[in-house]
Amino acid sequence: MDSKTTLLRVDKVSRDYGTGERRFTAVKDINLTLQAGEFVALLGPSGCGKSTLLRMITGLIAPSQGTVFYRDKPVIGVNPHTTMVFQSFALYPWLSVLGNVALALQARGIPTDESQQRAIKLIDLVGMDGFENAYPRELSGGMRQKVGFARALAVEPEMLCLDEPFSALDVLSAEALRGELLELWTNQRLPIQAILMVSHNIEEAISMADRIVVMDKEPGRIVTEFPVNLPRPRSRTQPGFEALMDRIYAAIAGRTEPEALEVGTAPGAPGQTRLLPPSSVNALAGMLEHLNEAEGKHDIYQLDHDLEIDMEDLVHTIEMAEILGFATVAAGDIQITPLGEAFAEASILARKDIFANRARRLPMITWLLDMLRSVPEGNLPRKVFDTALQVEFPEDIADRQLDTAIDWGRYAELLVYDDRSERLSLDIPDEVETPSAA
Amino acid sequence: MNRERLFRVPMVVRQRSLLADVIILLVLAVVLYLGVRLALDTPAIIQGPEISHDLAALPYYTLLSLGRMLAAYLLSLTFSISYGYLAAHNPRAERWLMPILDILQSVPILSFLPIVLLSLIAILPQGLAIELASIILIFTSQAWNLTFSFYQSMTTIPSEYREAAAVFRFSRWLRFKNVELPFANVGLIWNSMMSWAGGWFFLMAAEIFTLGDRDFRLPGLGAFLQTAANEGDTSNLLIGIGVLVLVIILLDQFVWRPLLAWAERFKVSQVESEIPATSWFLDSLSQSRLAHFIGQQLNRLSKQLDRVFSRQPEMIPSLESAEPAPKRTWRSWIVPAMVGVVIAYGAFRALELFLTLPVAIWPQIALGAGATFLRVVIALLIALAWTIPVGVLIGTNARAAALLQPVVQITASVPATALFPVLLLGLVGLPGGANLAAILLMLLGTQWYLLFNIIAGASAIPQDLQFTSALLRVRGWRRWRVLILPALFPYIVTGLITASGGAWNASIVAEYTHFGGQTSQVTGLGALITSATAKGDYALLLASTLTMIVMVVLINRLVWRRLYHLAEVRFRMDQ
Repeated sequence: MDSKTTLLRVDKVSRDYGTGERRFTAVKDINLTLQAGEFVALLGPSGCGKSTLLRMITGLIAPSQGTVFYRDKPVIGVNPHTTMVFQSFALYPWLSVLGNVALALQARGIPTDESQQRAIKLIDLVGMDGFENAYPRELSGGMRQKVGFARALAVEPEMLCLDEPFSALDVLSAEALRGELLELWTNQRLPIQAILMVSHNIEEAISMADRIVVMDKEPGRIVTEFPVNLPRPRSRTQPGFEALMDRIYAAIAGRTEPEALEVGTAPGAPGQTRLLPPSSVNALAGMLEHLNEAEGKHDIYQLDHDLEIDMEDLVHTIEMAEILGFATVAAGDIQITPLGEAFAEASILARKDIFANRARRLPMITWLLDMLRSVPEGNLPRKVFDTALQVEFPEDIADRQLDTAIDWGRYAELLVYDDRSERLSLDIPDEVETPSAA
Repeated sequence: MNRERLFRVPMVVRQRSLLADVIILLVLAVVLYLGVRLALDTPAIIQGPEISHDLAALPYYTLLSLGRMLAAYLLSLTFSISYGYLAAHNPRAERWLMPILDILQSVPILSFLPIVLLSLIAILPQGLAIELASIILIFTSQAWNLTFSFYQSMTTIPSEYREAAAVFRFSRWLRFKNVELPFANVGLIWNSMMSWAGGWFFLMAAEIFTLGDRDFRLPGLGAFLQTAANEGDTSNLLIGIGVLVLVIILLDQFVWRPLLAWAERFKVSQVESEIPATSWFLDSLSQSRLAHFIGQQLNRLSKQLDRVFSRQPEMIPSLESAEPAPKRTWRSWIVPAMVGVVIAYGAFRALELFLTLPVAIWPQIALGAGATFLRVVIALLIALAWTIPVGVLIGTNARAAALLQPVVQITASVPATALFPVLLLGLVGLPGGANLAAILLMLLGTQWYLLFNIIAGASAIPQDLQFTSALLRVRGWRRWRVLILPALFPYIVTGLITASGGAWNASIVAEYTHFGGQTSQVTGLGALITSATAKGDYALLLASTLTMIVMVVLINRLVWRRLYHLAEVRFRMDQ
């Protein structure tokens, strides 16, 4: 496997969605190569387009600009040399384990009997013999994903694409399956020449890949790469492992730091519009309380462990704490600020006050409040804001952004939102809200 | 739960241009006009067949009726799968196919019957033409919901299933057989049951259709019932109804239940369902040698089909292509322009035909439309008045459900048109009897949709809401206002949409009746359509049929669609 054949070359690939004003870029100017013998992980927050990139490499999605080359030939239509393992398994529930695997072989023109025999061999290889006639719904998540691997390996692809294959599994099954895949891969028992894995789990990426490609969002792009030179088998206790984790965390979460100081601009104003991270006040309060209990700095990945929440949600919550000035982040560490401490220790009503004071300074919230103040009635339909945001952002992001802003604004008692009429209005303290008739 | 799916009207609430609606209605008008043109050659007197009310004829008649249903159903299924597949896979075709379907499903089908009958008789031998007309009529009552269901399944296949099919390079055939058809299976079976239930109604209507001197009756169960009622042969009438109910129960036990139990495996949810559908018949089949043998043969057939259809595709296109939509050139306008000219010409000729109508007829049409509208409203109100309390009782009370559910199901399975002769028998002598009978028929045909929807809605009221309102001591009228009615609202709307469609349909057979050699009619649009056919007044026939179609489509757009939207947005229980 030390041959230096270039299997895959992604050349200035971008993908846009929508047209005209609504056009937005999912991934932009991606360059990436993959050599035979390599195991590469694509790492990044949600919305960074890592799945879109994977699908362009497999040919499921055609790029808007640029070209994907496989063995120096442009990929047109679905790439016949790759197969994929899906996050949600993508097994057909009406087919048995054997049926699912054999169907992939049958589709390649292998006669029914032979495809059954080869399927049985592959099912055996992944340790699922005895379950050939079971249906997917009878299996646990880990077992289903084994079938997913058996199916992807059965047709002997040159390149195996993995789309977060372990993230829908429980911790133990995921760990076991990672080990088994690595064993097959490092013992060269697979006819596969390269693996490309999408992941949002840093530890997983370090423990498996030879190289980690880090992506960021808005627009989705590659920001940096880390080679992983640790000897196998790898574990967290290995020297260098945690240092690399810190560096990667800093690359992902720490990236928010400079932007946090400069809070960006409001929609419509010149400069980069600062979006609110889609996190809730509850999550923020929970995290700050946790930080407040233990003194000093925290490793972000340690926090990830302690709080047992998804890394992405954590990144959003950290960003929320940062832009509100409740915490600071540097090089993979997070530290609570005095203001954050005050918030964590405050009563319910005092928290609202602290929060409102800080939230009012955010350009997005300021913009919302200014718009509402600019009309005599003090209220506007949600659509107005949606339309304004959609000039800059795709519909779903604009929508989520408004939801977040409304959630924060309601908590801070800065604004009121009526879900029935879909109107936002200023929260005027003296006026008692009349309960709407059911 | 199941009932909810069974009777949920597939309504695609999508912004659609008024222009598309108008064009489609125009095309419909032109097609009807052509039918009327053909109908001009229909003989004025049509001799119908002798219909027996002898018990000896009953088995044969039952088979004939079943045959018609089966033929129409197979036609519907083929049509639905082809149409749905085309619409789902070809975005350009989809732009027209779905709005067309949307209009067709909201049109009162029975209003087509006279024109279809007359035009077919003009071009085909009489016996064949009437058979064909009945099959077409049943087809039009069965096909739309099947098509919507298949199309909806096609477009809601989880993206990972489609991606896996592409990554693993399935040919179209493999994809259809192993992904698309299995995924659509459960919806197709539920909708087939619904289609059969609706089909009986129209079969009965078609079998007993008579217009003045033109007798379009067909030998079959429906005609048997009518003849028995006409002759006052009460015992045979009851036996006939018994046979009909028996056939429906047998179909349920030997066809639908086994199919549903078999279809359990096609459900996409990756967990075992709590109460899987079961069937004693399917269980016993699995032990039968004959069934095993048939299974093997089917398996071989499927392998052969695979060999024939499954050529390995050279290239699997990307699921999301990057090419911008092709620019429209003047070429792409040729076909639409030509179609436009044809439509315009047809519409012009239809208009000419309208102009031959005396001006005085238009107020009559308006009056008729108003009268029928009023009848529909009364029927719906009566239906609401009894179905809401009874439905809530059955839906929220397990004891009542166990007792009443089977009774209701069997009663509901009897098509209202089969009972019509019986109704007339009782009501014909009373003052205002004809009016009463018309409303009753509408009621009989439509109340079940409401009842089943309300049962489904009441049983879907979340337990925690019920407990909460009990804890808060919300009782009596307040409880209805705060909890029950809002929870039922979406279900009531869904039920009302189907019910009002059914009531308009029923007006064609309900307002103009032929009983015991006497014809009685009430003021109404349905009566205008049928009497125009009887008198051979084709201009009036076209005008009143079109009026009904436009009215129903308008009501759909202006009332039901808005309410449906409201129900979807405001009153959904699952958040």
